Amino acid sequence: MAEHHTVTDGKHKASPNAGGSLHGNSRPNVASGGGGKGGLSGGLAQPAGWQSLLSFTILFLAWLAGFSSRLFAVIRFESIIHEFDPWFNYRSTHHLTTNGFYEFLNWFDERSWYPLGRIVGGTVYPGLMVTAGLIHYVLNLLHLTVHIRDVCVFLAPVFSGLTSISTFLLTRELWNQGAGLLAACFIAIVPGYISRSVAGSFDNEGIAIFALQFTYYLWVKSIKTGSVFWSIGCCLSYFYMVSAWGGYVFIINLIPLHVFVLLLMQRYSRRVYIAYSTFYIVGLVLSMQIPFVGFQPIRTSEHMAAAGVFALLQAYAFLQYLKNRLTKQEFQTLFFLGVALAAGVVFLTVIYLTYTGELWTVSYAKIHIPIIASVSEHQPTTWVSFFFDLHILVCTFPAGLWFCIKNVNDERVFVALYAISAVYFAGVMVRLMLTLTPVVCMLSAIAFSSVFEHYLGDDMKRENPPVEDSSDEDDKRNSGNLYDKAGKVRKHVSEQEKAEEGLGPNIKSIVTMLMLMLLMMFAVHCTWVTSNAYSSPSVVLASYNHDGTRNILDDFREAYYWLRQNTDEHARVMSWWDYGYQIAGMANRTTLVDNNTWNNSHIALVGKAMSSNESAAYEIMRSLDVDYVLIIFGGVIGYSGDDINKFLWMVRIAEGEHPKDIRESDYFTPQGEFRVDKAGSPVLLSCLMYKMSYYRFGEMQLDFRTPPGFDRTRNAEIGNKDIKFKHLEEAFTSEHWLVRIYKVKKLDNREPLDHKLRSIVPRPKYTSKKV
Amino acid sequence: MSNSVISVISRFLEEYKTKTSNKLKVVDAYLFYILLTGALQFLYCLLVGTFPFNSFLAGFISCVGAFILGVCLRIQVNPENKGDFLSISQERAFADFLLAHTVLHLVVINFIG
Repeated sequence: MAEHHTVTDGKHKASPNAGGSLHGNSRPNVASGGGGKGGLSGGLAQPAGWQSLLSFTILFLAWLAGFSSRLFAVIRFESIIHEFDPWFNYRSTHHLTTNGFYEFLNWFDERSWYPLGRIVGGTVYPGLMVTAGLIHYVLNLLHLTVHIRDVCVFLAPVFSGLTSISTFLLTRELWNQGAGLLAACFIAIVPGYISRSVAGSFDNEGIAIFALQFTYYLWVKSIKTGSVFWSIGCCLSYFYMVSAWGGYVFIINLIPLHVFVLLLMQRYSRRVYIAYSTFYIVGLVLSMQIPFVGFQPIRTSEHMAAAGVFALLQAYAFLQYLKNRLTKQEFQTLFFLGVALAAGVVFLTVIYLTYTGELWTVSYAKIHIPIIASVSEHQPTTWVSFFFDLHILVCTFPAGLWFCIKNVNDERVFVALYAISAVYFAGVMVRLMLTLTPVVCMLSAIAFSSVFEHYLGDDMKRENPPVEDSSDEDDKRNSGNLYDKAGKVRKHVSEQEKAEEGLGPNIKSIVTMLMLMLLMMFAVHCTWVTSNAYSSPSVVLASYNHDGTRNILDDFREAYYWLRQNTDEHARVMSWWDYGYQIAGMANRTTLVDNNTWNNSHIALVGKAMSSNESAAYEIMRSLDVDYVLIIFGGVIGYSGDDINKFLWMVRIAEGEHPKDIRESDYFTPQGEFRVDKAGSPVLLSCLMYKMSYYRFGEMQLDFRTPPGFDRTRNAEIGNKDIKFKHLEEAFTSEHWLVRIYKVKKLDNREPLDHKLRSIVPRPKYTSKKV
Repeated sequence: MSNSVISVISRFLEEYKTKTSNKLKVVDAYLFYILLTGALQFLYCLLVGTFPFNSFLAGFISCVGAFILGVCLRIQVNPENKGDFLSISQERAFADFLLAHTVLHLVVINFIG
């Protein structure tokens, strides 16, 4: 916490000096150079040197703060990979380091999606694995033998520092150095970004946000200079982004939109032409090198905007060239001809694309495919999430946006478009809050920087142009003192200020204090949110007793390691798709379905097995060669993320593929409720998932107040306590009954007869009555 | 209408021959050659088919890329546009051109397969 205070105080002492000695937008260079010298009490001969030292120190501290802030989970538990997706990334990176790059790129994984297998090389974004693998290789080359797991765990915190630096560079291009430093500090600790980049969360977003910000920085630089060098740099950074995350589509749509808006605003210049044309064409061929992306950039509708703007820009540039050469009449004739041709071509292309169905398939998937709809991160964002993830930044960011629009130039158009599109997407899906966070940090930094510049640095600069030299010296000395003793008013300063229509020093100091307090509260909030909400590994659960001691629930790992050590190496485990990656990563066993969810029918089969009765499910399990079934049951400890709570999604997905066998309404009571007690639907009470969850649970009494078999999560006493299995047997139940593993029995050697045994009725013995 | 279009075009060509410097004409000739190569490749693709698609794309994008980079070089080297590119000297423009071509051709060679 002290660290954060140092950072905030450090940056505030720096930014007025930085704002003073490096001008904002419209101050003359000479005057502010002189002002800077005077402001530092004239004892330092090289303000530029001190300025860069301060910038370097602040950026280093921001990196350190960002890195440390993400280490809560590692300190509280251990260095472990969190959640679900990172386990797959870790397994792939492990495969990369043990087998080499080409083995990884061509890897066909037969231990997942049994019996289909998965072509990993063609269905994954390799940037993350290659980055981690490269760092591991370099470190081992230098004989620093770091295990690949530690590289993976700490990769995201290290890259968060790089994100801070690229945000600094980008904001410095947009506004000035002070705003850049503020933005770097904001993005280092803001919860919206931390949520996806804590230590242990080895996922694409950890490196993708760095690539995003760096690409945008290089793009702004190439628009400003019009140099092909910066455009090529932007292309290479874009290539890294394409290899890292599917969100690269955001870049390839935002940049063309920016160019298009510049054209509409009559801001076309040759620099824009050079920057975009080079970026588009070299970026296009670079992006197609990633196997997963393949030929999508010239086929799918998401990439068509970029191509359209490219064609439009070529036409526009050519017309500009002609316009400079020809008279108005001649130009008009050619222009009409050209426009007619272009309209015809566009019309035909749109007809062709609509005919082949490429153009309109955007949000169809989100509504109509149940798997996508069921992921919690795809739900719309609530207002609470905005404040929780961004705190005061979400309030100050419209102010920054307004400043950018008021003092518009080419790059500020870009950031305004970025902000508007990011706000729209963040409102649609919770998961996309992450793309909103960098632009909110940048624009809030611009707002704060303008406020500080106005309320802190105004004295020095206002005096410079109209007033003569002697009073200049006076003012600078006095304004130097103003910073140290806020509120203490110098006599001739206040006189001077009464002559001008300025703000009193009281107002200035009040406003400055308020801003500083807001920033301190922001730092406190960020640390609290990180510590409480975003630092849970999900693999290990912790609860706290009344006296504060910690109770660790390590059931997941216990169960996975049991699987690893007590089952055959080629055993196949069936579970719901949430746990597939973890089973593959920790237990190292073949799974049927996992988080990749690329085959809906296969998942529907598993769902059907879970929702049918035992005999029907046994047929499905035999056909898929299943050896073990794993389920999560939270009834003993009250864990609400267990499989019975997810059960309705299993039913819905199964119903989507097998509507004749599974009907969702069968699992509800006649009144329409989902109940697990005696009043529950009989189909529910005899399905496989119910039986597996509650096997032997009817004998268990958790405490004397509740009857035996009381499910803590659903707060109900279960209906069917007498559960017997015919084809499964219980293999393992973890300590708090969280994970339950059942073994699927092989077919009997003999088929038992279905009908009852013949009962032999003793025939009455006939005794002869003859004498 | 067509008469005026033809007269416009002939006047434009006349002015082009006289007004543009030799250096720019060399660049324009190079651009014309690239354009022909690209058109030829596209024609081949239309006639013979798109297999293998990645090779066609590599070749075609190489032509388009070389054309675009040539146009960028021409813009940056043209003395009329000096006001736009104060920090970019002619040598720097050419060096950027070479760098961009290196990157483009490395990727194209990888993509041709």
